[in-house]
Amino acid sequence: MNALTRREFLKVSAAAGGGLLIGFRFGDAAAQAAASGGFKANAWVAIQPDGTVVLTCHRNEMGQDVTTSLAMLLAEELEVDPRSVKVVQAGVDPIYINKLLGGQITGGSTSIRDAWEPLRQAGAAGRMMLVSAAAAKWNVPAGDVRVENGMLIAGSNRASYAEMAADAAKQPMPATIKLKTPDQFKVIGKELPRLDGADKARGKTVFGIDFAQPGMVYAALAQCPVIGGKVVSFDASIAQKRPGVKKVVNIGEGVAVIADHFWVARSALGDVRITWDEGAGSKVDMNGIWKQLEAAKGRDGHVAKKGGDVNAIFKGAKAKPLEATYRCQMLSHATLEPQNCMAKVSADGVDVWGSMQFPQGAQGAAAAAAGMKPEQVRIWPQFIGGGFGRRIENDYVAQAVAIAKEMPGTPVKLIWMRPDDMKHDFYRPPSLHVLKGALEDGRIVALSSKMVSPSITARAFPPFVKDGNDPFMTEGLGNFTYDIPNVELRSVIEEVGVRVGYWRSVSNALNAFATESFIDELARSAKRDPLMFRIAMLDGMPAQRAVVERVAALSSYSATPGKGRAFGVASMECYDTHVAMVCEASMKGGKVKLERITVVADCGLAVHPDQAVAQLEGGIVTGLISTLRSKITVKNGRVEQSNFNDFTLPRQMDVPVIKVELITRGSKPAGLGEVGVPLVAPAVANAVFALTGKRIRSLPLEDGGVKFA
Amino acid sequence: MANLNINGKSVEVDAAPDTPLLWALRDHLAMTGTKFGCGAALCGACTVHVEGTPTRSCVTPISAVTGKKITTIEGLNGRVAEAVQASWDKIQVPQCGYCQSGQVMAATALLTKTPNPTDAQIDDAMNGNICRCGTYGRVRTAIKEAAKKLGGAA
Repeated sequence: MNALTRREFLKVSAAAGGGLLIGFRFGDAAAQAAASGGFKANAWVAIQPDGTVVLTCHRNEMGQDVTTSLAMLLAEELEVDPRSVKVVQAGVDPIYINKLLGGQITGGSTSIRDAWEPLRQAGAAGRMMLVSAAAAKWNVPAGDVRVENGMLIAGSNRASYAEMAADAAKQPMPATIKLKTPDQFKVIGKELPRLDGADKARGKTVFGIDFAQPGMVYAALAQCPVIGGKVVSFDASIAQKRPGVKKVVNIGEGVAVIADHFWVARSALGDVRITWDEGAGSKVDMNGIWKQLEAAKGRDGHVAKKGGDVNAIFKGAKAKPLEATYRCQMLSHATLEPQNCMAKVSADGVDVWGSMQFPQGAQGAAAAAAGMKPEQVRIWPQFIGGGFGRRIENDYVAQAVAIAKEMPGTPVKLIWMRPDDMKHDFYRPPSLHVLKGALEDGRIVALSSKMVSPSITARAFPPFVKDGNDPFMTEGLGNFTYDIPNVELRSVIEEVGVRVGYWRSVSNALNAFATESFIDELARSAKRDPLMFRIAMLDGMPAQRAVVERVAALSSYSATPGKGRAFGVASMECYDTHVAMVCEASMKGGKVKLERITVVADCGLAVHPDQAVAQLEGGIVTGLISTLRSKITVKNGRVEQSNFNDFTLPRQMDVPVIKVELITRGSKPAGLGEVGVPLVAPAVANAVFALTGKRIRSLPLEDGGVKFA
Repeated sequence: MANLNINGKSVEVDAAPDTPLLWALRDHLAMTGTKFGCGAALCGACTVHVEGTPTRSCVTPISAVTGKKITTIEGLNGRVAEAVQASWDKIQVPQCGYCQSGQVMAATALLTKTPNPTDAQIDDAMNGNICRCGTYGRVRTAIKEAAKKLGGAA
């Protein structure tokens, strides 16, 4: 970055009351400056007169630790104690656009990768200007001023950042900023308690559902049992008589009761009689969905990766190529905090408070629902009680605004009940995977895979789908790591009438289940140990090979561990991280017991190592949701599951011992938030095969006839 | 109008008798540390103590708890609770944090009754508390850490 663009990138000014504000832009500074015609600083770091450092965090905290890890990036270069950084959530502004995703979105395991440079730049610029101010004031060369934990020191002169902040704001922006090299880090890569951890253990954190406003009222919403259906008519004559009910409103996709308390609204809703037009969705069922996906598998689709000529090899192969079809059932996100949102619609604009991963989308959705312009909508993101991709969607925001519009000037908090949440999700897509592989001399010489599935992106971000290519469907295909001379990996979009959404690790998980299971089938067919079989194909990928070798050692992997015990292995690269996993399982009373899951991830540089480990631990538990027994099914257009009794989530006794090791090296961080998820299904499925001889080609695995203890 | 004893204080709640304790706490008393997760006693996010027993407030009408001692995360205190929360801090348990009030309430009740729980006893006591982020391993470690700190005797 040259000096000119840096000046556009960073901007410093005085804060009210004598503090220092460092504005900076995330993303591609030059491109954005060109687009917006100059600098618009809004991503502020403020040093307040009382010494508090405030970071306006542009990514939403949903457990993945952005409040702490992004504060660490800033603190490293600003030379302050990261525990002194107060993190507040940012509203919507183009400068917060995630350059790895193209929108103001928290997702895709990108937060740290995206903020890595700009946040450290902002910290360094602030520090340099504080030093310049101190040097001028004390009449010493800047080189004689050292900084230490928020203090400026030169000989006997000492001043806190707070004392020097007003002077620093008058200093010119540094022309060049030199960032620390990793060997100089004092904060990055070191341990630190999460800044939000203590509050969370004491019930003090304010999540979207907890946010309160004086005079607020509550809304409960009945939505059409078939997604996409509409209200034809309703009778609220009984409901309206209940004390506390303010209003019953029709928002098209449902009927809402607004009341002084949520339980009143929810109870009164039970008395509202609604006639629905269920629409075309009422014909959707699982048989139809799978028939449609089957019928589409003959299409060519999009080529995600191609090398050599698989068809020529398949035709000329001495041994008959192996073929297999894999299937993944749908899943709900099931965030523990049900969808909810508070909105206030006034004559001059809309305020929205809530748990959201895509505030920019929330702004658009709220504007459309209110019939206003996006710039009239103020978004106030709160702590998120679990995202996993569900809160990239803003359906509940639009609903809250549509309801609040009927009560102008009053904050209205919409809360979904759990069955509504489960039945009105954007589900992980159903997917069909057709694989074919040829072996020669114990190695794979040709491999083809074709994923057939509805496209999330075609619905959510249509411009990103071009020529039948949904770039999120090629995850797990385009990043295929094995050295196979002839390979052809394809994706085919087939819409099947269900509303699909991004679910933590997206297509990486779908494709990894199919390919990593099938690689195991080929290894067995070649009579090779699946671990050594993989290592033999990773000569050209030393980093990938290293994680596979390390996970084998760490898990005490054995191809022949003795009767009643078995290991399953899986490996991939995703989100710039190399990862390998081993599942150790045993038989217990006719059931498979997962004893231990070991994962090794080479994630480059880990900014906050303990929480990087936590992301992998949690990712594995998320992976277990898809693997063991959970699925969403549709009958007559209705999702059949309604709560945690019929869409089960792993509980304390379901979860095996999880062992995580990070390989950290290199000079920049890779993604981690989703990395733990995709390999769980194939590692467990491969362990199940090793244990029972049964190859299960569908998720959840219990559908394939195995029972887990 | 119901009179409830919450965290040692007598409070009046102007709500219908069938109102679940969860919503009385959250809406009427602005005590939002107790969370809504499932509404059907399936996830444990709404766990409070009624006379010391972990109780799912989402299915407990206020009429059933009048005159009983109710403790919520906001009022949790004492030697065991402090040890549990200190262990939560040390082990860095929470991720999104939404289930953690319930986990802490359940763990405190467990260690109060069973000062040195086995793994099976931890499974039994904690299986009703879903953590969607998957902090189960750390929850278990933190419970053991707290038990150790308490010297195996509450």
